[in-house]
Amino acid sequence: MEINSYVIFFAAIFTSNILLTNFLGMCSYLSVSRELESSFGLGMAVFFVLTVTSALNYIIYHYILVPLDLVYLQYIVFIIVIAAFVQLAEMVIERFSPLLYYSLGIFLPLITVNCAILGVSLFLVIRQYSFIQSVAYGAGSGIGWLFAIMMLAGIRNRVKDKYLPKGMAGAAISLLATGIMALAFIGFSGVVIIQ
Amino acid sequence: MNKKQIFFEGVFRDNSICRQVLGICSALAVTNLMINSLVMGLGVIWTLCLSNLTISLIRSYTPKRVRMMVQTLIIASYVIMVDIFLKAFYPEMSRALGPYVGLIITNCIIMGRAEAFAQKNSPIDSVVDGLAAGVGYTLVLLIISFVRELFGFGSIFGISVFGDWWVSWSIMVMAPSAFFVLALLIWGLNYRYRLDDKA
Repeated sequence: MEINSYVIFFAAIFTSNILLTNFLGMCSYLSVSRELESSFGLGMAVFFVLTVTSALNYIIYHYILVPLDLVYLQYIVFIIVIAAFVQLAEMVIERFSPLLYYSLGIFLPLITVNCAILGVSLFLVIRQYSFIQSVAYGAGSGIGWLFAIMMLAGIRNRVKDKYLPKGMAGAAISLLATGIMALAFIGFSGVVIIQ
Repeated sequence: MNKKQIFFEGVFRDNSICRQVLGICSALAVTNLMINSLVMGLGVIWTLCLSNLTISLIRSYTPKRVRMMVQTLIIASYVIMVDIFLKAFYPEMSRALGPYVGLIITNCIIMGRAEAFAQKNSPIDSVVDGLAAGVGYTLVLLIISFVRELFGFGSIFGISVFGDWWVSWSIMVMAPSAFFVLALLIWGLNYRYRLDDKA
C-alpha cells in the first residue's frame, strides 16, 4: 500500500465516509442526533477514541498478535482495548477536566458499542495500512462521522415541526435524509479511491 | 408467555431492525447480494442463540457490575467461531463480508437481547428468543437485498431473472439505495401497524 497518509485522511472524511459508505456507527447516529449540541459532543468523543484506538490496535496487532501467532483472537483483543481505553479516558477526563467531562461524559460509555470504532480497527488490518496511515484513517473517519451526525442533527431540527406522512416520523425520515446525504457524498467518489 | 408466542412476537411484532431500529449497520452493508445477506443472517442466528443460552445459564453467577464485559466476551467467542468457519470453508464469502463478520460483536441486537431477555429468563426460552430475533433480522436482510440485487444486478441469488436486456441500476449497488430501501420498509411497517416510532 503506497497511499499518502494525507490522501487517506481526506478520503476517510469524504470519499469513503465511515458512516455514509460503510454504514458503521448507525445505531448511536440515529438515536443521539436529535440535538446539535449532543451530536457534537458524541462526535468529538468518537473522533478522539477512534484516533487513539486505531493507533493502539495497530501496535497491538502488529507487535503482539502477529509475532505470537494469535491473529484469530483479534476481535476479543480489539474490543477489550476499546473498552479499556474508553474507561480510562472517562476517568482521566473526569479527574482533569470536569467541564469536558460534563459535555462528553455521558457519551463515552456509548462508544464502546459503537461499531465504527471496531470497524475502523478491522479495516486497518484488512487493508494493511502502515502506522501513520492507520492513525490518519482513524482520525479522518472520526471527523467524517462527526460531519455526518452534525448534518443529520441539523436536518432533523428543520424537519421536527413539519408535517410528515403517517408513520414517517422518526427512523424512516432520518434514514431518507441519510440516503440523500450519501447521494451527495457519492459526488466526491471520483476524486480519490482508497479501497 | 409460551415458546410459540415468544417466537412470533420476536420475528414480526418486535422485529429488531424495523421496530427498534437496532443492528442496522450490517443490515445496510451486506445487503447488496442476497447470498451475503443469508450467510450474515445465519451467522447472527448462531451467535444470538448460543450467546443467549450461555448468558442465561450463567446469569445468576455473573456480578452485576461486570456483566457487560462478560456478555461482550461471550458474544465475541461465538463470533470468532463464525469467522474461522467462514475462512476455512468459504474463503470467498469471508472476503466479501470483510470486517462485517467481526462487527456482529457490536451488533446492538445481540447485546440488546442479552440484556433485555437472556438476563432474566430461563435458558430454553432465551434460545427461542434468540432464534426469533435472528430469524426476524435475516428476513429483513433478505427483503432489502432482494430489492437491491433484483434491480442492481437483475438477478436473485446470483441467478439471472431479467435476462440480457436488463440495464442494471448501478445506484442500487451503491450506499444510498440501502438507506432508501430500509427507510421505505420501516415507513411501510409503521404505517401498517399504526405505530409512531420513538427512535
